[in-house]
Amino acid sequence: MSEPLVRVDDVARAYHARRGLFGRPVEVAAVDGVSFALGRGETLGIVGESGSGKSTTGRLVLGLEPTDRGGVVFDGAPMPKGGTAEWRRLRARMQMIFQDPLGALDRRLPIAEQIREPLDIHGVGDRLSRLDRVGDLLDRVGLGVDHGRRYPHELSGGQRQRAVLARALATTPDFLVCDEPISALDVSIQAQVVNLLVDLQAEFGLAMLFVSHDLRVVRQISRRVVVMYLGRIVEEGSADDLFATPVHPYTRALVSAAPTPGRRLVDRIVLGGDPPNPADRPTGCAFHPRCPVAEARCRVETPRLVDVGAGRRAACLLVAADATPNREAA
Amino acid sequence: MASASSLVRLEGLTVAFDGVRVLHGVDVELARGGTLGLVGESGSGKSVTWLAALGLLPTKARVEGRVLLDGEDLLAASERRLDAVRGGRIAMIFQDPASALNPVLTIRRQIGEALALHRGLSGRAIGAEAKRLLDLVGIPDAERRLSAYPHEFSGGQNQRIMIAMALAGRPDLLVADEPTTALDVTIQAQILDLLDLVRRETGMALVLISHDLGVVSQTCDRVAVMYAGRIVEEGPSDRLFADPAHPYTRGLIGALPPLDGSRRRLVSIAGTVPDPKAPPPGCAFAPRCLHSDRRCAVAQPSVETIEPGRRMACVLAVHRREESAGAASSLARKETAAS
Ligand SMILES: Nc1ncnc2c1ncn2[C@@H]1O[C@H](COP(=O)(O)OP(=O)(O)OP(=O)(O)O)[C@@H](O)[C@H]1O
Ligand SMILES: Nc1ncnc2c1ncn2[C@@H]1O[C@H](COP(=O)(O)OP(=O)(O)OP(=O)(O)O)[C@@H](O)[C@H]1O
Ligand SMILES: [Mg+2]
Ligand SMILES: [Mg+2]
Repeated sequence: MSEPLVRVDDVARAYHARRGLFGRPVEVAAVDGVSFALGRGETLGIVGESGSGKSTTGRLVLGLEPTDRGGVVFDGAPMPKGGTAEWRRLRARMQMIFQDPLGALDRRLPIAEQIREPLDIHGVGDRLSRLDRVGDLLDRVGLGVDHGRRYPHELSGGQRQRAVLARALATTPDFLVCDEPISALDVSIQAQVVNLLVDLQAEFGLAMLFVSHDLRVVRQISRRVVVMYLGRIVEEGSADDLFATPVHPYTRALVSAAPTPGRRLVDRIVLGGDPPNPADRPTGCAFHPRCPVAEARCRVETPRLVDVGAGRRAACLLVAADATPNREAA
Repeated sequence: MASASSLVRLEGLTVAFDGVRVLHGVDVELARGGTLGLVGESGSGKSVTWLAALGLLPTKARVEGRVLLDGEDLLAASERRLDAVRGGRIAMIFQDPASALNPVLTIRRQIGEALALHRGLSGRAIGAEAKRLLDLVGIPDAERRLSAYPHEFSGGQNQRIMIAMALAGRPDLLVADEPTTALDVTIQAQILDLLDLVRRETGMALVLISHDLGVVSQTCDRVAVMYAGRIVEEGPSDRLFADPAHPYTRGLIGALPPLDGSRRRLVSIAGTVPDPKAPPPGCAFAPRCLHSDRRCAVAQPSVETIEPGRRMACVLAVHRREESAGAASSLARKETAAS
């Protein structure tokens, strides 16, 4: 296989959260050893528990936040440190679309100006061609010139998100991190944006990291998918296999809870227990307190992400035991 | 269709910004303890409908019609009266959780304000109740995290904090605008279970605005579909999803990516929403509609009942009604034949 565009190697990031007024700060391990590779023109989907570190992973990969451990290689070279001139130059090639469109936009500037901004910053074309490009971008994301003249709060949630998308695409990036890019859109426009992203990918070889809670959309757009739980990857596989035959108990619960209109969820796996607390990671397998099939050893032994056949990896003692009886001692 | 048990009723609600109408007369009713899903085109006026109803739009917005809460018209109410209603009898969860929370105040302060204002709690009781609410919505380590600020939480955690704040005032009506979009489906399911529980325990009514048709279908008894500032179809959720009537609703459901089977290019509805400044003369959906004919360009279709409890605004309504009447009578015939 040729060199991937992005290689992420064991990145980790902890935050220091204060506990109460007088308490000592504690460490919240937001991302705890995540690795993956992403080829040109490929999409990797990230799904998983809310708070499991998906957005943090996206920020780490782009160098928007420093890693505590591990590193990122972009196009064959280590990612320069965030904020440096070298890093800023690279930024035209890597863009991010954030979860909260209102927060990502400047309230004081009309949309069209914000879409033009990256073109100005990176000195793309002359004034006139930039204006043309803005019109073209608005059109591609399904907004009109009229929307371009408005301020962010004068647009609906979905219109805002399309404006953010147009801005991210302005510099024709190689790599796009999309953090919940379509959850604010109605399904018909979701379909348009998903088709648009797929087209851009085919046209420009755009690589994408696509974070979403919408399993249908992730499946539609991604070749491979990783599932995160409490800062780590618990399962990885091709989009088709993973959703058709999830092997990790958390993934199984996730897939079983995805609602379909007009059909009552019948065999939804309800997760018991409290949602996980990254400041107080359970021993052994972090999922064991909520896992419907956990055994005694899950409390003590930490599963590693291992090959379970057919291009699948999973971090579950039970699954690993099934697939590879001669597994090495953990 | 006034009924005695109706908690809120919107009558001919219209909204205009700078002289441009974006809401063209919304009529909808919700019973005590009822659940209404609101789906539809992005920009069709779902959020604006409820922001207008609660007097939360900027002053430049021109709002007309009536918003009846137990018979009292909120559009005619004083600002003081509205302040008491909002967060108290009616709570709203806004679409952008991060921007709806105050970044410089701790979560404890923000939930505490609601508890003091609408429940008259003070001191210790506030802390205890705030913790209980965070536990309820599944924020781990609630006790300690009360002293954290919004940026210290993930997107989905902020969303759950919003839900906790909305429930703080024990509302009769909760308007939840995209309350679960930032949540993974297992927590989403838990939150929906929670809302359902609160509803059964307290008789709270719920308006759920969402693009997630699956979520709406799981949660709501009734669904209204909006397009370009109007409700184009409304009915019981199971009927509407099983057999969508309006061409727009059909397009919407057809655009959903499948979770299994082969992948194909998604089918979006061709064309774009009309510019509110230059709406088409007849039905706003006609330029994109596969079934439109001459009639559609002439006049706005009237709202017709197509089956008991189901209405839609489309020239196909008459046809549709005959069809379902035909189906019903042939079913009746079959049944008589069988007995
Ligand atoms: N600035 C911060 N300070 C302290 N804790 C933080 C900070 N940012 C994130 N966290 C914590 O790190 C963990 C991971 O957060 P992250 O935003 O990456 O989650 P996520 O997977 O994107 O969740 P969601 O699906 O809800 O958006 C969470 O527990 C969150 O509370
Ligand atoms: N403050 C404002 N000033 C001017 N126009 C506005 C304002 N707020 C909303 N609009 C316009 O009103 C229309 C309805 O917006 P609304 O936010 O209700 O849409 P929505 O149905 O909630 O969409 P979404 O699903 O994308 O959130 C849109 O065309 C929007 O651009
Ligand atoms: Mg996130
Ligand atoms: Mg909205």
